Amino acid sequence: MSGEPVFEITMTVNGVRRGARAPARRLLSDFLRHDLGLTGTHVGCEHGVCGCCTVLMDGDPVRSCLTLAITAAGHEITTVEGLAPGDGEPSPVQRAFQECHGLQCGFCTPGFLCTVTALLRDNPRPTDEEVLEGISGNLCRCTGYQNIVASVHRAAELIAESGDGS
Amino acid sequence: MFGEPIPRREDPRLLTGQGRYLDDLGRGALAAAFVRSPHAHARIEGIDVDAALDVDGLVAIYTHEDLPPGVGDPLPLLIPHPALTHGRTARPLARDVVRHVGEPVAMVVARDRYLAEDAAERIRVDYEVLPAVVGIENAAAAERLVHEDVPGNVGAHLVQEVGDAPAAVAAAPHRLEFRLDIERSASMPLEGRGVYARWDPDEGSLRVYSSTQTSTGVRMALAARLGLPKTKVEVIAPDVGGGFGVKVVHPWPEEVLVPWAARLLGREVKWTEDRREHFVGAAHERGQVQRVRVGFDDAGRILGLDVTILHDHGAYTPYGIIVPIVTSTQLPGPYKPGAYRVEFTSLYTNTVIVTPYRGAGRPQGVFCMERTMDKIAAHLGLDRAEVRAANFIRPEEFPYDQGLTFQDGRPLIYDSGDYPRMLEMIKELIGWDGFAEEREAARREGRRIGIGLGCYVEGTGVGPYEGGHVEIDSTGRVHVATGLTSQGQGHQTVFAQIAAAELGVPIEDVTVATGDTRRFGYAVGTFASRAAVMSGNAIALACRRVRDKALRIAGEALEADPRDLEITDGVVHVRGDPTAAIPLRTVAVLANPLRYAFDEEARRATQFAVGGSPDEPPVPAGEEPGLEGRDYYSPVRSTFASGMHAAVVETDPETAEIRILRYAVVHDCGRMINPRIVEGQIHGGVAQGVGGALYERMVYDESGQLLNASFMDFLMPYATEVPRIRTGHLETPSPLNPLGIKGAGEAGVIPVSAVIASAVEDAEGIRIDAMPLSPDGLFRLRRRAAVDPALRVERLPA
Repeated sequence: MSGEPVFEITMTVNGVRRGARAPARRLLSDFLRHDLGLTGTHVGCEHGVCGCCTVLMDGDPVRSCLTLAITAAGHEITTVEGLAPGDGEPSPVQRAFQECHGLQCGFCTPGFLCTVTALLRDNPRPTDEEVLEGISGNLCRCTGYQNIVASVHRAAELIAESGDGS
Repeated sequence: MFGEPIPRREDPRLLTGQGRYLDDLGRGALAAAFVRSPHAHARIEGIDVDAALDVDGLVAIYTHEDLPPGVGDPLPLLIPHPALTHGRTARPLARDVVRHVGEPVAMVVARDRYLAEDAAERIRVDYEVLPAVVGIENAAAAERLVHEDVPGNVGAHLVQEVGDAPAAVAAAPHRLEFRLDIERSASMPLEGRGVYARWDPDEGSLRVYSSTQTSTGVRMALAARLGLPKTKVEVIAPDVGGGFGVKVVHPWPEEVLVPWAARLLGREVKWTEDRREHFVGAAHERGQVQRVRVGFDDAGRILGLDVTILHDHGAYTPYGIIVPIVTSTQLPGPYKPGAYRVEFTSLYTNTVIVTPYRGAGRPQGVFCMERTMDKIAAHLGLDRAEVRAANFIRPEEFPYDQGLTFQDGRPLIYDSGDYPRMLEMIKELIGWDGFAEEREAARREGRRIGIGLGCYVEGTGVGPYEGGHVEIDSTGRVHVATGLTSQGQGHQTVFAQIAAAELGVPIEDVTVATGDTRRFGYAVGTFASRAAVMSGNAIALACRRVRDKALRIAGEALEADPRDLEITDGVVHVRGDPTAAIPLRTVAVLANPLRYAFDEEARRATQFAVGGSPDEPPVPAGEEPGLEGRDYYSPVRSTFASGMHAAVVETDPETAEIRILRYAVVHDCGRMINPRIVEGQIHGGVAQGVGGALYERMVYDESGQLLNASFMDFLMPYATEVPRIRTGHLETPSPLNPLGIKGAGEAGVIPVSAVIASAVEDAEGIRIDAMPLSPDGLFRLRRRAAVDPALRVERLPA
């Protein structure tokens, strides 16, 4: 059986144009992790339920384990490695998760961070109900979620304090 | 520093994608994939790999007959308890018979995982399907056998007795008899298992990374299996994405095969478990049928308790037997059960193996005891809390000997606790007194609410030992190492807190290494809520050695009596005289007399610079160079943490949906190193408990197929399912260890099924004797109770 065809796949990842050759069936999660070496995006179930692999595509959360890399070609992808503004400081969401003990083993955390970053951009002061709804597509087996919910509210405060919504 | 809720030191890395989990390592390594049995019980007639051979990128295919002795032999019986009369384990790759869906039959190695899976699906295995044994009662009936040479499907059987329980029950003024069931769930960490191996042909050495709860255990097992000296095997647990028990088993089939293949091929090989593999190829826990006979007096005091347990340990027993042992011995909880007899029979079924899952048999035992308390209260028309209080061990009765033998083979003697105080705290926190009016007020609005309570005692910190190594280098940095592993417990924070407090150094100067056999070779592992107790105390003891040494050397340098010295912010100084001081980094230089000066600090420690008597050796007798120390903590027996949970639930009269309105926890893990981390452990445990009480069950059909082997169908709680948890802490220090700590890891999960059952029973007035309880399960119970008064429960006073 001969090798399957491979394609040059390029996309903008965390603001940088990146490319690699991969077959059409390569998942975006595997492309990011294994072809581009961005292992911060994790894979917990490979069937789109746990949310660990959540990244932002053109700003919106997507399951990278249910997305073919080739369909992300030409799009803007943000992963956990790209959430901090680049000045060495964590983003408000990252900071809030540390302040509120919103993570334990850290495996689900990148997916939560991407989800919450988009959530707070669209709804800067969510209610408790809206927070629960907003993170209800991400599984965490360690924290019991209480401190994640607190982290989301704290991140909203930090964003409001910084005043720029970024 | 000790006792402060400081933020975690591991977080900045994990929050920025800089964590290094198993599958993040070994970019470019060959990938392994496994062909697994699709049948629960079958004889392998033949394996045909021809169709896989021309798959692009294929490197190797292995079946059992390719494996040399040692590698292909049955895996070890990890818990060789005397009760285990018929222990059976799997081979890494099945030889003749497969005994559960998911058992590995062949291994494929290829250039990447996609290609390895391509090859795996082209391998044809012919099976003669055999009848499967599924379900505890079918296993006990033993009309079919899982192992031909194991009569009755019985792997283990154990009786423990304190007094004559059957006689005490028979003579008691009141008697009850009932059955309680708990179904299977699983640890289900979000990162599955995984192993990555590198063989170094020049050194003849093996380095293995594994997502394990015991890297030292994996190392010993691999050295034995592969015929390598221990010095040629390094095992490292990198960041591990949750364990909860399942990753303490070792070596897994894949953990033997991947390193073996890496050595054979001279190539790096990695295997990362996918989620379906985890469901069918890892481990489950909880499935037990428990029958209770209890005799008690008019005040609800138990006079005799006679419990019979059937435990389903799956197809093999490398580890599972520990679960019914723990159930048997932790069942009495905070109570004095009078005469107690417990008998368990541990049975083979054609299902995935059992290993401890957070709580490790305690949730079943607590379900048993707490349901018993509620039934006694209902029978006598007493307050459920009062019945519990009547049975409590009193604070003045510690140490309290339950008269049983615990899971470590040692006497079950509780070290400390204050159960009456704890009961007051939990009643206050949940609003126990006055709930009857609240329930009636709700009922007038057509709502059904109920309250439940559950108490437990958890043996934590089991031995045999852990160790710690502490070294202060010539920059003043403190390097702490312990051998046990981390899966999210915050060890890099709490162990650093201990070291900073013991040494008198800023925590910023402390780094902590865990689970790396290169840094610390002797260890047991992270399970049984033991890490803080075991390694925490070992590190404290090692720090005390280093501190003593530092004070001795500083005393010489400062010409002061070491007893007059103290360490503040990394500087040794004479108490009351801050000018007579020497930094620890300089003490570290002085602790290592040098011949060669490689930098300015070293120049100060050369033989030419250091003073001392010309008639004494530069390293005095009994001393070692370096400012470092090593020590071990090996307890005479376990510590015993305790806790009480309470919940208010609402059940929907139409849909039978169960909602948790309030949840409260009071917890005693002795002295807390970091209350924020303890709270996090409790929250996470309760969430898993809620999963086990209301959602999670492994659904096998009669042919042994796991019908819900995906996150689509196995329901774990999301944020929307977990209640807000109110916590209260009580600290009764353990007298058994220098830091007075117990353990906190498993506690949160233990009483949840008991509490929810109690609360639903209160809301519905229907007996709840089996968990988990789904809305359709409750709906069916309502229908049965409507025609069967025996299923109904009198409304309780509170």
